[in-house]
Amino acid sequence: MTSQTKTRPASPARGRRFAAFAFLSPGLTYLIVLLLVPLALVLSAAFFRRGRFGGIIYEFTTENFTRLIDPLYLSVLGNSLKIAGITTLLALLIGYPTAYFIAQLPRNWKTIALVAIVLPFWTNFIIRIYAWIMLLSGPGIVNSVLGTQLELLYKDGAIVVGLLYSYLPLMVLPLYAAIERLDPQLREASANLGASAFTTFRKVTLPLTIPGVLTGCLFVFVPSFGNFVIPDLLGGGKSIMVGNLIRTQFLQARDEPFGATLTLALIAVLIVLLMVQSWAARRA
Amino acid sequence: MFRTRFTRRLPAAVAVAGLALAAAACGGGGESTSTGAEAAPSASAAQLNANADLSKQSLQVTVWDGYTPKELPDKVKQDLKVSNVKINLHDTNETAMKKLAVPGDSGIDVAFVSGQYAQALWEQGLLEPIHPELIPNLSNLYPEATQLSYDKGNKYSVPYTWGTTGICYRSDLVKAEPTSWNDILKPPAWAQKKVTMMTTERWLALPALKALGYSVNTDKDDEIAKAKELLVAAKQNLLGYDDTTFGDKLKSGEAVMVEAWDGWCPTTDPKKNIKFVVPKEGSDLWVDTMVIMKSSKNKEAAHALINYILDPKIHGWAAENINYKVPNKAAMDAVKVPEGSLLGIKPAELLNGESIRDLGEASTKYTRLSTEVQAQ
Repeated sequence: MTSQTKTRPASPARGRRFAAFAFLSPGLTYLIVLLLVPLALVLSAAFFRRGRFGGIIYEFTTENFTRLIDPLYLSVLGNSLKIAGITTLLALLIGYPTAYFIAQLPRNWKTIALVAIVLPFWTNFIIRIYAWIMLLSGPGIVNSVLGTQLELLYKDGAIVVGLLYSYLPLMVLPLYAAIERLDPQLREASANLGASAFTTFRKVTLPLTIPGVLTGCLFVFVPSFGNFVIPDLLGGGKSIMVGNLIRTQFLQARDEPFGATLTLALIAVLIVLLMVQSWAARRA
Repeated sequence: MFRTRFTRRLPAAVAVAGLALAAAACGGGGESTSTGAEAAPSASAAQLNANADLSKQSLQVTVWDGYTPKELPDKVKQDLKVSNVKINLHDTNETAMKKLAVPGDSGIDVAFVSGQYAQALWEQGLLEPIHPELIPNLSNLYPEATQLSYDKGNKYSVPYTWGTTGICYRSDLVKAEPTSWNDILKPPAWAQKKVTMMTTERWLALPALKALGYSVNTDKDDEIAKAKELLVAAKQNLLGYDDTTFGDKLKSGEAVMVEAWDGWCPTTDPKKNIKFVVPKEGSDLWVDTMVIMKSSKNKEAAHALINYILDPKIHGWAAENINYKVPNKAAMDAVKVPEGSLLGIKPAELLNGESIRDLGEASTKYTRLSTEVQAQ
């Protein structure tokens, strides 16, 4: 080899940067133009006043934020956290064993099981929620099969059922990815060294899949927290979540400034959660 | 307002899209505009020429989907010789307001909005006064339809449809016919958990305000507080809140009594077991109106369009096809009222209802009331 072939191309770092930029730019442009810019426009309303007949009066004010700490709105926020939290916990308790089981299947069955998990997404979300109404309503299928008069619909429990049903696949998939990657030899080594199956799970499998657990939890929590369709349809509007509150401000109350303030609060909660997630994932 | 159908989006399958959804749920961008409260209604009406050449004018109309005949634009073009007619759709009064309350020219000539929204547009100085000499068909209206409280004498709006709110119920499932708002606020044992109410703010408050003998337009804090107490107590006996599918809940028997807009109560169902009653304490009178924008450059054509719609043959279409009463005597006289239909309610009965007015700043009290009741 001559010394010339040893010399590297002019600036590899720059080339890589250029490639990265070229590959990322469609996605970045999309995000900036269609998400960040509109979001910033909507959120900027939080600092202005509502006009007498709706609309925005461009006079700086912080009164929207003072309104936010009203116990009424804090209780709605708390209720949303509670419902989304319960949903996430249940999704984890159901999703982890499911993902674990799928990861142990033979290769062909794995594919079938994963397709079955995402299959519901092929049907429109609203149609699937209406199916739940037909199942759970007073004269619905469950009551007529059991011959009972149970009150199943239009309560918080029904909201959790709907959210859990809708977002469970988002828990299973990242968990499956994390468990599938696990080297089986680690568990064999743990067993050889005398650990019980439970100890192996607690000391080897679980810690190594924590990043997957956190990702799954976030995937379920975020859309549950901001949902407003399911509380409307399955909750019968008898309890409201922050998503409903935001919807009302924009579509009924013509109070964009306060709607934007609520949106800002929602995003702030989610950013805190993202930070907790990435912090926990790094420690794991 | 009473068509709060909103697009429910399919939540995307990733967390990032979840965030996007939160933003999407917030509706349109920041193009919304300052709507100065202080702007006084302009008294000066444009000089209009009754013999203007309409073929040099074109019209843009904004209206609810399915609210006017599909062939209307073509017929108007043909019969009025207007150069072009474009129909825009809005799904709620609120989206219409967003379109119309912009500085300068919204491009819209004629808008269909509910009475209290017409009032709000007028008070902002955005409407052209109606020139009655250009709308001879105004004489087809019931005399009552010219004395609506938000716009006595049709100064700036022409009514298109009207109706009221009451109790829609299953005559075969109720043990006693409802007569009072208290029948849904404090339902007897056989109706408990089989009653729905509406959530759209003013109609959430309406049964309680009327049961207490207050005005539907009250802005008194103590009256609203008393209504809230009653509504919170009523909540425990409700099946749920429902603005859109209460008719289906009645048909399935899930509900036996619901608060409903008359046009939405399926009284013409073939089983003939659904009826509608206006409670004895009274109710509201809602009116959907046609207005002409001050910014319109086609005001003669806009008046001609309204005159055209007031023709009994055209106006009767709404009664026959969307089952809403129209305030047009000539049209209603010609309409065949099917058995069980609510089209038979007389204007005099309707006029007992109180029209809902825009309350300006006080309207936030109702938003808060409905949030408080729902969050309880």
